[in-house]
Amino acid sequence: MANNELSNGSLKGYAQLLQSKQISSLELTQAFLQRIKQYNPSINAYIALDEDKTLAQARAADARIAAGSAAPLTGIPIAQKDIFCAKGWPTTCGSKMLANFVAPYDAHVISQFDAAGAVNLGKTNMDEFAMGSSNETSYFGGVKNPWSFDRVPGGSSGGSAAAVAARLCAAATGTDTGGSIRQPASLCGFTGLKPTYGVVSRFGMIAFASSLDQAGPMAKSAEDCALMMNVMAGFDERDSTSLDRAKEDYCRDLNKPLAGLKIGLPKEFFAEGLSAEVGQVIENAIAEYKKLGAEIVNISLPNTGLSIPVYYVLAPAEASSNLSRYDGVRYGHRAAEYTDLMDMYCKSRAEGFGAEVKRRILIGTYVLSAGYYDAYYLKAQQIRRLIAQDFVEAFKQCDVIMGPAAPSTAFKAGEKVDDPVAMYLQDIYTISTNLAGLPGMSVPAGFASSQDGPALPVGLQIIGNYFDEARMLNVAHQYQQVTDWHTLAPNLPEGKA
Amino acid sequence: MEWEVVIGLETHTQLQTVSKIFSGASVKYGAEPNTQACEVSLALPGVLPVLNKQAVECAIKFGLAINAEIAPRSVFARKNYFYPDLPKGYQISQFELPVVGKGAITIQVPAAGKQDAYEKVVNITRAHLEEDAGKSVHGAVEGMSGIDLNRAGTPLLEIVTEPDMRSAAEAVAYAKKLHELVQWIGICDGNMQEGSFRCDVNVSVRPKGSDKLGTRREIKNLNSFKFMTQAIEYETRWQIETLEDGGKIQQATVLFNPDTGETRAMRSKEEANDYRYFPDPDLLPLVITEQDKARVQADMPELPAAMKARLEAQFALSSYDASSLTASRDLADYFMAAIDAGAEPKQTANWVMGSLSAKLNSEDKDLSSSPISAQQLAQLLKRISDGTISNNAAKQVFEAMWQGEGEVDSIIAAKGLKQESDSGAIEAIIDEVLAANAAMVDEFKAGKEKAFNALVGQAMKASKGKANPAQVNDILKKKLQA
Repeated sequence: MANNELSNGSLKGYAQLLQSKQISSLELTQAFLQRIKQYNPSINAYIALDEDKTLAQARAADARIAAGSAAPLTGIPIAQKDIFCAKGWPTTCGSKMLANFVAPYDAHVISQFDAAGAVNLGKTNMDEFAMGSSNETSYFGGVKNPWSFDRVPGGSSGGSAAAVAARLCAAATGTDTGGSIRQPASLCGFTGLKPTYGVVSRFGMIAFASSLDQAGPMAKSAEDCALMMNVMAGFDERDSTSLDRAKEDYCRDLNKPLAGLKIGLPKEFFAEGLSAEVGQVIENAIAEYKKLGAEIVNISLPNTGLSIPVYYVLAPAEASSNLSRYDGVRYGHRAAEYTDLMDMYCKSRAEGFGAEVKRRILIGTYVLSAGYYDAYYLKAQQIRRLIAQDFVEAFKQCDVIMGPAAPSTAFKAGEKVDDPVAMYLQDIYTISTNLAGLPGMSVPAGFASSQDGPALPVGLQIIGNYFDEARMLNVAHQYQQVTDWHTLAPNLPEGKA
Repeated sequence: MEWEVVIGLETHTQLQTVSKIFSGASVKYGAEPNTQACEVSLALPGVLPVLNKQAVECAIKFGLAINAEIAPRSVFARKNYFYPDLPKGYQISQFELPVVGKGAITIQVPAAGKQDAYEKVVNITRAHLEEDAGKSVHGAVEGMSGIDLNRAGTPLLEIVTEPDMRSAAEAVAYAKKLHELVQWIGICDGNMQEGSFRCDVNVSVRPKGSDKLGTRREIKNLNSFKFMTQAIEYETRWQIETLEDGGKIQQATVLFNPDTGETRAMRSKEEANDYRYFPDPDLLPLVITEQDKARVQADMPELPAAMKARLEAQFALSSYDASSLTASRDLADYFMAAIDAGAEPKQTANWVMGSLSAKLNSEDKDLSSSPISAQQLAQLLKRISDGTISNNAAKQVFEAMWQGEGEVDSIIAAKGLKQESDSGAIEAIIDEVLAANAAMVDEFKAGKEKAFNALVGQAMKASKGKANPAQVNDILKKKLQA
């Protein structure tokens, strides 16, 4: 796409171009495919592309537009995280274990986009089974941060993050178990939303930690996220944890003024561990909100410090069980040679899973074992309730909570791979909302300079009460009306011509 | 030393639902391998379980039938272990909070040797919902094991007793009673050959009088009552002999081999899995309200105990008859259908439990495949009551109907079995008999009562068995006293 302006467009803008026939979906899709050909070989955001399928969807969208039955996202090319099963597409979850797996059915999220007439551009790279904060655990290799190619994009939705930041899609989907939408959104400088647990069906979304996993949009702006939410959200009887609520329009409150909005600032989010530069960007953003008429309330979430240990008991416990199905018996990787059943299991799983996945399976198996269950799993569940209770108390004092989405800007590839705890601390500000089931988002709020490289994006995290997505999107949208951080795109080094 | 055996049962009953417990796949038995294995049965990446409401209703029915606590909130848990026929690597079951809590079943233990028949209450510890595994198929493909996942996800209710039974006879009486009950309330088809009703039996022994439980061994997957008796008796003897020889019992899972009649250890406790149970995060806790229970209660059939009491009160049947007739739903339904068709209750009870049961047994048939319907039997009994045929003739009609020779009245006509009830004709026959047997008449008059019976016999013979015996009696009596 020579036309940088086109790749920088908003979803609403694309819809206007498409429906006024100034551009066809086929043209728009081909333009993005061209950009992908040019830049993906160096960025590695996409791990599966299928031009025939993608273009067929674009043609179908054009027919629908011609027939006058277009929906808001009809004809718009979307990148799908490779955690969603999409019929006829390789669906790998970033793992060697599923490198040969082609999904025979559609995830709820995929069928929702299909029904909306959106175009599936391809499947995006991710940390293996969504376990990671840098995309470095992917079997298909790391992903470059488009703002600085020697940096990671964050994770686990690193491919979708890089695709949005590098303008290799109109918008993308992600999933967030402990921060996997918000941390990469912060590190790559775009808008990402993790909805309330249960708002988007998990059917067909490959499970990492079932009680924490939630899909959400990754896009350039709050308004784009709202339009994506209108497609993704909704009750699905195939997911027992999907909430049976009336369909809502997430765009409905975007333009409400913020005067009188009470913003809670948890002291625990501005303590040790937060880089000073990031802290400064967040303070600047808060100052902007004051100008918009918001009030600031100092609050406390006293159990924040427990969220990482609690998460690293519960998420691996669920994962150890969720990943048991990858046994080499019915699909997925099976060792070439083995002597008996046990040997087949051991070799297939030893070969099929990467180090981080194995680490979490071991932790999870340990904490669920007889004699340890009460001390770890049950205790963690109790603390999980305390963490949720912290938020209940906090929301008595404020409408939304703000803070950083990640403790630092994008770090260098390889910097934390040998230090799991340092890697886990990337999610210190995001994990507690997953544990509580609350919605959270990251909004571009500026750049922080680094000692040894360029200034890098910083995300402001907005945490809302249950089902308050429309208000959060309103709060983000109003900020984006008076700032332009979300419109900035990286200058990419020339890729293939 | 005198020993006492202590027995508890765990029974897997396959619930009669249309689809699997967590998916829409069919549960029909006998389909081609893997043709009833949907995405959920195959445990593809990303699939999720959705609880089948019909399975929950079955569990509630069972809880109501044994007067048990039905949990207002129960929890599905994952039982984690690896096996090729377990596609998810875990079984969804219930662990800490089962749907059905404590209840009880009253069993009838039949008389044996010097021991009279007796009743006993067996306490139910719990019953919980879970999914079945698939099957490993050996030999279908040369040099390989196949996996058939048609059965994977079939709904089961696992029913666990307290260690309340003290003999193989009690254990089998319990298993039979449970087998009848789950069919009676329509939650299980009871087909043991197809594995719809499978029993695991925990057996331990202890010195008589001790209140401490011995170490138990669990006999897995018994699918006939005959094998259950054999297995428990063998296992009990084996444990007693082992202890008397100074040995120790190791907790173990054992299999019964019907060919040798022996039990053999499959795995010891040391090899047992740590199942790492935890609540399944894909499923919400199962909430059952009073309204749910009331709705299921409204659909419940009359239970065997209530029906037994009603049969005694309504039809003046003996406790034994009422108990026998309510031993199975089929039998009770058959009896009631005959009554509804106008048959006399006591007579019906006698025929159903007598001739009909004997005939079914001798031909190894179920009541459902009886060639004689309840309505036909009722018609036959009516013909006895109204004097058309004698009891003996009725047996011939019964036999002919069994062979499919037609309806009651046409058989009576075809075989000429109609009774002679015309008193003029009977009188004429008796007159002939009296004339021809003067000696017997003299004997009777001399006080020999037996001579009377002989004269009746002669009269019946003279009528070719068709004379109404009651009338023969009456008329003969009158004539002799004249």
